[in-house]
Amino acid sequence: MSIEFTPTEMMTIAAARALTNDDVCFVGIGAPSAACNVARLTHAPDITLIYESGTIGTKPDVLPLSIGDGELCDTALCTVSVPEMFRYWLQGGRITTGFLGGAQIDRFANLNTTVVGDYDKPNVRLPGGGGAPEIASNCGQIYITMALNKRGFVDHLDFITSMGHGEGGNHRARLGMKTKGPTRVITDLCIFEPDAVTRELTVVSIHPGVIRATIEENCGWPVLFAETVTETPAPTTVEISVLRDINARTKKAHEAA
Amino acid sequence: MARICTLSEAIEENVRDGDSIAMEGFTHLIPYAAGHEIIRQDRKELFLIRMTPDLIYDQLIGVGAARGMKFSWGGNPGVGSLHRFRDAVENQWPRPLEIEEHSHAAMANAYEAGAANLPFAMLRGYIGADLAKVNPNIKSITCPFTGEVLAAVPSIRPDVSIIHAQRADRKGNVLIEGISGVQKEAVLAAKRSIVTVEEIVDELNPPSPNAVVLPTWAVSSVVHVPGGAFPSYAHGYYPRSNAFYIAWDRIARDRDSFTAWIKEHVRGGKPEDFARHVGKRSAKAA
Repeated sequence: MSIEFTPTEMMTIAAARALTNDDVCFVGIGAPSAACNVARLTHAPDITLIYESGTIGTKPDVLPLSIGDGELCDTALCTVSVPEMFRYWLQGGRITTGFLGGAQIDRFANLNTTVVGDYDKPNVRLPGGGGAPEIASNCGQIYITMALNKRGFVDHLDFITSMGHGEGGNHRARLGMKTKGPTRVITDLCIFEPDAVTRELTVVSIHPGVIRATIEENCGWPVLFAETVTETPAPTTVEISVLRDINARTKKAHEAA
Repeated sequence: MARICTLSEAIEENVRDGDSIAMEGFTHLIPYAAGHEIIRQDRKELFLIRMTPDLIYDQLIGVGAARGMKFSWGGNPGVGSLHRFRDAVENQWPRPLEIEEHSHAAMANAYEAGAANLPFAMLRGYIGADLAKVNPNIKSITCPFTGEVLAAVPSIRPDVSIIHAQRADRKGNVLIEGISGVQKEAVLAAKRSIVTVEEIVDELNPPSPNAVVLPTWAVSSVVHVPGGAFPSYAHGYYPRSNAFYIAWDRIARDRDSFTAWIKEHVRGGKPEDFARHVGKRSAKAA
């Protein structure tokens, strides 16, 4: 039996599947938060979700609008101060996986959420880095999820808010970083992973119904495909109903207050 | 000893033109009522400090009260842009805004260093990040023991810090519950401080010996302002108004609608207006 799903639903579910029960995951707001909670409500019930507001082991019933909604604190194992969160837990090396989104990404999975244009005279002033610069360097590995389009996937970033693989190759190691950096980028059309040597993002899996030309048309650089490209399994009925239920609960809750 | 007084007196006594000011609260317990009182008292040339400027600083920037801002994430959480902040940076309206931009980790460390009476904070941060190229206050320091190069930023020492909390007792001891952010550090790092609270009670009765408590002698002024954190929230009292955060996008997108909103709700308002938000208890808090 095949079920209908949107590209965004496929993206969230593919992102959720990247997570395991053993992960201690530092969760970014928006798409990463949806993916992390779908994972928790399906195949990874014991995953530890951490939000930068200080909430550790949180199990929200509705997705938070902000990184510090009361729901996160109400359902957490404990809540620590923000300095403790960044010093002991993130910098302390206790987080296995950071889950980030971004406004723009380049082929080495560097992210820009700061400015489009010149920093001092920006065309568009974006919110900035928040926790991302140190999440990107201090978590064991990084997953990124964002929709694939030419506005987001660009040939050149005006500003590197958080470093992925920098200029590629062993750039992270050259800067003394011992963490893996971005290991997977999950979009609404396909999944990228960095090449083992060059670290350039390479398509390893294509979502059902998507053709290579569509991926190429929506990416700002010439896309590399891995030697073996698989088809992403379609969402299961359980995955899709969990996602739709939490989205419906969330919409109702956010419109209420 | 903290002085228990009105909001108007507390701002009058503690916030001066030209001050550096930190109004903290990480999504939770944001001292909105105090922000409105600063606008009503027409404070000028403020240097704003806050990890997430949020709507409270969008309002102060939009009325032209700020000469500069130190921050680490300037968006409307989950909604989009802070339009007044963007207008100031992109178009210098209503005046240019000098910005000093950091990461959350650096700001949190800098508050902690300020509270610890240290001149700077160090962290394993900004590796490969462009902020270090555009912010001259991000420097590096070499560990004298291992040789590791770490990021260094100046500690945050505000002239005045303002926070909101759940409760104080009649002596002015303050209890903070829930997501406590960097509020304790912000108060202890500042020369002067104001805490607005939901309730003033006879006995503080902290729920645990490890509760987050600011003793009265560490605070300048305590003010009873029920609802004073709306549209953010007060854990145990009222939920975050996510609907207002969504509505702010439309109010603040346009200069005229923003100015009209400030005129009606801030300049024409008073601290007691916030109390009407207290009734909206969340299911979890009730």
